[in-house]
Amino acid sequence: MNLHRTLLTTRRILEQLRHDPRTIALLLLVPTALVGLLAWTLTNQPGAFDSIGPKLLGVFPLVVMFLVTSVITLRERSLGTLERLFTTPLTKADFVAGYAIAFGALALVQSLLVSVLSYTWYGLAHQGVPWRISVVALLAGLLGTALGLALSAVAHSEFQAVQFMPAFILPQLLLCGLVIPVVKLPGVLRVVADVLPMTAAAHAIAPLQSNWYYMGQFAIMLAYIFVALAVGAASLRRRTK
Amino acid sequence: MEESNHLTFDVAQLRVVRGGNETLKSISFRAVPGELIGLLGPSGSGKSTLMRSLLGVQAITSGSARILNSEVGSPALRGRIGYMAQGSAVYLDLTVEENLRYFAGVLHQDPIEVARVMDVVALTSFAGRLVSSLSGGEQTRVSLGIALLGSPRVLILDEPTVGLDPILRRDLWRTFGDLARTGVTVVVSSHVMDEAARCARLLLLRDGMLLFDDTPASLLAISGASSYDEAFERLIEGAP
Repeated sequence: MNLHRTLLTTRRILEQLRHDPRTIALLLLVPTALVGLLAWTLTNQPGAFDSIGPKLLGVFPLVVMFLVTSVITLRERSLGTLERLFTTPLTKADFVAGYAIAFGALALVQSLLVSVLSYTWYGLAHQGVPWRISVVALLAGLLGTALGLALSAVAHSEFQAVQFMPAFILPQLLLCGLVIPVVKLPGVLRVVADVLPMTAAAHAIAPLQSNWYYMGQFAIMLAYIFVALAVGAASLRRRTK
Repeated sequence: MEESNHLTFDVAQLRVVRGGNETLKSISFRAVPGELIGLLGPSGSGKSTLMRSLLGVQAITSGSARILNSEVGSPALRGRIGYMAQGSAVYLDLTVEENLRYFAGVLHQDPIEVARVMDVVALTSFAGRLVSSLSGGEQTRVSLGIALLGSPRVLILDEPTVGLDPILRRDLWRTFGDLARTGVTVVVSSHVMDEAARCARLLLLRDGMLLFDDTPASLLAISGASSYDEAFERLIEGAP
């Protein structure tokens, strides 16, 4: 891996986004607006937003980043720019890391925006430190990017990538403890839920746990991010069969 | 030094099987620096597969292909072959200059190279324009510009003149000729016969086989045809 080529790739992706202000607005504002809408719907139920809101702070960035990354990398394949890059010294790791840094930066801005608004305007009163929720939102965004990169190898078109979203994300949403607490799930599902990345995100936000517990959940999320990035890099082919 | 050390291309019994079909069947040819080679054949004859094999992005089933003394696809060749794919293969949502700057950076070229190349392909006045706002011909020139970054000794251009107006086509062929005179080996694929007549050497592909490898004049002589188009048709349809 070459840091210079990685950062050039990051800059190129951010330049592409700069020419597309509507995408940036959607990326930053959609999760923020969704959390705001949720807070609004729960206005008449004191305390409800405080328990559900933080969990969704991890879900929305994951979904949005997953979609954007898988579509943008597929476009790179279908336009032929990826093949062109593979005739240059750029490595697969440079390519994947370039994407991870570019979208990681966006995920950071997105997570800060959602958290700050949640704690101020939306009136979130959560038993926990605000920075922890920001970290989870950031990791969730990165995880979405990493999963999107890995998926773009499997999906053959942008159309398929969009359809992979419910298949990939919705089961995690059902199992992560948002609907039913993980401990109340049937045996097999509980085992499955415990190893899913979104469950780690939900656990990392849960109140009244030890710092070690939170660090452990962050570590699980980080491990998923690196594994997904590695899968994404490994699945790119310099030479097609 | 062996004779083969001077070769730009040294392709021997190259076979490519894609999805169960034999796309290339035992292709062999050699080329020296400064050759301008026209690669011709109907669509589906294997032109793009041959070009992609030479670039190292298509897996080879058997045989060998060497460029500048390195096996195709080896890391030593990365960035040393200028490539222009079918379709522009440029970032539509970047400006002309941003496209060139990114590829120049990846190729470890000086930023001055971006200005030089924009001048060669006559795009300096379009530097700040988004590629998506350019015409087809202008987008093709952006793609050619990327292929020219770093003045590579080998250029592989897949149908670079498709859909362009006659003036632009003439100018591009002039550019290819100028480059070949400076010692660059240029391979240009086309399915338009009158264009290929501008090359010093023609390779004619049909069904993954090399039917003909000689000068345009000899193509006319062998086929007994009066025009290049007719010669092309006779060879494509007539050969067993």
